[in-house]
Amino acid sequence: MISALRRGSPGRTHRALRDPAADHAIITAMTDILTFTDRGIYCPAGDFYIDPWRPVDRALITHAHSDHARPGMGSYLATDGTAPVMKHRLGNIRVDTVTYGSETQIGDARVSFHPAGHVPGSAQIRVEVKGQVWVVSGDYKTVADGLSTPFAPVKCHAFITECTFGLPVFSWTPQAILTGQINDWWAANAAAGRTSILGTYALGKAQRLLRLLNPDIGPILTHAAIENTNEVIRNQGVTLPQTIRVTAETNAKNHPGALVLATPSAVDSTWARRFGPASTAFASGWMALRGVRRRRAADRGFIVSDHADWDGLNMAIKATGATKIFATHGYTATFRRWLCEQGYDAHVGSTDYQGEGFDNPKEIEE
Amino acid sequence: MKDFAALFAHIDESTKTTVKIAALADYFGTAPLDDRLWTIALFTGRRPKRTITATRLREWAAEVANLPDWLFAESYSIVGDLAETIALVLPPPTQTTEIPLSHWINYIKYLSTLDDAARKTGILQAWDSLPTTQRFLFTKLLTGGFRIGVSAKLITRALAQSTGQPEPRLAHKLMGNWTPDTATWDSLIVADDPTADLSRPYPFYLAYQLDSLDDLGQPDDWNAERKWDGIRGQLIIRGGEQHLWSRGEDLMTDRFPELARLRDDLPDGTVIDGEILAYKDEKPLSFNALQKRIGRKTVPGKLLVDAPAILMAYDILEHDGQDIRALPFTDRRKLLKTLTDQSPEGAPLRLSASLAFANWDDLRNARAQSRAVGAEGLMLKRRKSPYLAGRKRGDWWKWKIDPLTIDAVLIYAQAGHGRRANLFTDYTFAVRDGENFVPFTKAYSGLTDAEFREITAWVRKNTLQRFGPVRQVPPVHVFEIAFEGLQPSPRHKSGVALRFPRMLRWRRDKPVHEANTLADLQEMLATFG
Repeated sequence: MISALRRGSPGRTHRALRDPAADHAIITAMTDILTFTDRGIYCPAGDFYIDPWRPVDRALITHAHSDHARPGMGSYLATDGTAPVMKHRLGNIRVDTVTYGSETQIGDARVSFHPAGHVPGSAQIRVEVKGQVWVVSGDYKTVADGLSTPFAPVKCHAFITECTFGLPVFSWTPQAILTGQINDWWAANAAAGRTSILGTYALGKAQRLLRLLNPDIGPILTHAAIENTNEVIRNQGVTLPQTIRVTAETNAKNHPGALVLATPSAVDSTWARRFGPASTAFASGWMALRGVRRRRAADRGFIVSDHADWDGLNMAIKATGATKIFATHGYTATFRRWLCEQGYDAHVGSTDYQGEGFDNPKEIEE
Repeated sequence: MKDFAALFAHIDESTKTTVKIAALADYFGTAPLDDRLWTIALFTGRRPKRTITATRLREWAAEVANLPDWLFAESYSIVGDLAETIALVLPPPTQTTEIPLSHWINYIKYLSTLDDAARKTGILQAWDSLPTTQRFLFTKLLTGGFRIGVSAKLITRALAQSTGQPEPRLAHKLMGNWTPDTATWDSLIVADDPTADLSRPYPFYLAYQLDSLDDLGQPDDWNAERKWDGIRGQLIIRGGEQHLWSRGEDLMTDRFPELARLRDDLPDGTVIDGEILAYKDEKPLSFNALQKRIGRKTVPGKLLVDAPAILMAYDILEHDGQDIRALPFTDRRKLLKTLTDQSPEGAPLRLSASLAFANWDDLRNARAQSRAVGAEGLMLKRRKSPYLAGRKRGDWWKWKIDPLTIDAVLIYAQAGHGRRANLFTDYTFAVRDGENFVPFTKAYSGLTDAEFREITAWVRKNTLQRFGPVRQVPPVHVFEIAFEGLQPSPRHKSGVALRFPRMLRWRRDKPVHEANTLADLQEMLATFG
């Protein structure tokens, strides 16, 4: 089984090409609570899927990013913090909501949602069947971001974890230092008469960054995709600084010293030209790598992610007390091997989740 | 080191030339003199001697970071740079230091005098006292290979801004085999005589590829000659000594011992720009013959017989000890012709002949014969042009022949390094042979970043097998491969080796069964090999 898994590419193996032996091995190794299927992570005892990527009757959703919350499900169950953005993105869907920590019985499974610290409303999903507890992490980070409910470890027997940044080269800048870096960059640009254009995900990181910005430096402008999400988040009672939506009529001259929060793909597009002389930056975990930073050809790269870094992943896994680990998306093969060497019964779980992409424009629109 | 790290961050992060130059100029005005000199040295490819092997550094870093070797290796393959990987995996420093750049370099030299255990202690201490960027730079100094995207041109412009000296003079001053150990800021930059060093070459004048003959005006204004396919070189005869420089500022004197006699064949105070060619029976041999001599410090006797070298002279830059680069091309040409005419029988020196042409059509015909005479195209030089420094538009144009092309199928992909780390950019291509695919070349360049991203996503999803870092992919994508020539090669499965292969375009329109075959490739070899 090990050799079969090692051959698979990290988390992105095309279904048609996947080694069937690997699937078989995963399924027989975890008959009880959750299984990896070609539709999503399935719970036979409760007949539901977690973050499915193909239409199913009943979907439990960890968070509202588009690789986890997809259209076409018969019904959705998510936290009250996730539901509004999900409705905003997926339109008219049937959603039941729960609060963090409250328990729901679905068939023979007892289900509860717990803070994942990834974005507002994001959850780990705990599934208990006959005393066996499995937890699906969704995406998570272990440090408090000042916006999302902080990650809380959940004791379990088996933990299904993401590992987007599952390599020891990833170590995030502490938030206090990051705040200084971004505001210093903005202030220097403002003083030099340049607009600051910062590329970031629309849901989660944009709002996190907004709360770090010092509005005394200048006005904050937002790309429409980000401002739409801001509205939903504000309606949930989260305070964000004042922002100005960029429209076709927006004239950079009327907003000297502005910081523009844009989706990553908008940063190098014609959309950004309206702001005249500008300094560009990206805020992403991938900015830790000089090669990626240079490839994106921005003036600055701020190292910030809503995923766990290497230490975060390892601490989180340890805190669950689980002995059985499934690594889903990211550097799965590497991370699995590392966990095996640490004494875990570790496996790779094949999914369609993408984590924090940076080279595929579709991924970065997240 | 802190100032140097700040300068590096400025340059490395910005995409704007003006910002980079301003940061450099500021640094050249304020940093300690030795640091300035070392900065120029590092950015122009002069680095301290490598004193510790990469393997030792990897072992020590993995040990300090408490990582198994395989995980360090995986991380390195993703990051694509050893020094960066080391800087990232090490725990945060527990100490601080304010030692300037030049002292760190002395420290590295000092380390080289110690035994292995003491070196290790010294390096671990350094790692533990430097924050990430400084740690990265320090490790870069240890590993050599200090390439960070600052061109000599940028350095020259920044120095000009900082010192008020004209750029061409500074460009000249930075040439040659000085090192921070043999020069000082004053002797190199401030002092006024760039020829004080007898071996110092002039900056090469480089041409752009010609877009269209229409912009050139009258044919009479131009001199045309062959663009020879060898190694561009600059021959310097001064003070009774002979030096031979490559365009990349490598001193090649010892690699071409048969040119040593030019010291006696030519008058003292002569500098000639030309092409080194393997040359027999008054004809250039293929580049392949010359290639065997590249990278060899000493030349075995057999090669001297099989592939004797000559200098095909293009231009003369110094005559009778005088810098004559400002003279019009025609006047320099006359001086050059006199020298080559007067050189004794058997001198390994030829004048690159001017081609006679009455109109542009004559020139088109001449260009079409390039392959037949062993040239890679034409060079057009304005008759009244001075010899400029660096790549400049307007007076000199290269007009290369179109490359050979073949439609090939992508079968293996591998991730690149540096800016291309984590992207699949290094490909192996195959031609069809019945139902089989025979690999025949690798290629790395020619696609846009967007295309590389698209292929990377595809490779990740469609990997059939992994062989270490290499991914086998289904043979479905066809690419047009351009190359300059081909030759038989027993070392390759296909039996051929291509010269300078690159991807011309991604042929999304072509199905695999329309890609070229091994028979097509063999036919090309018979025709052009």
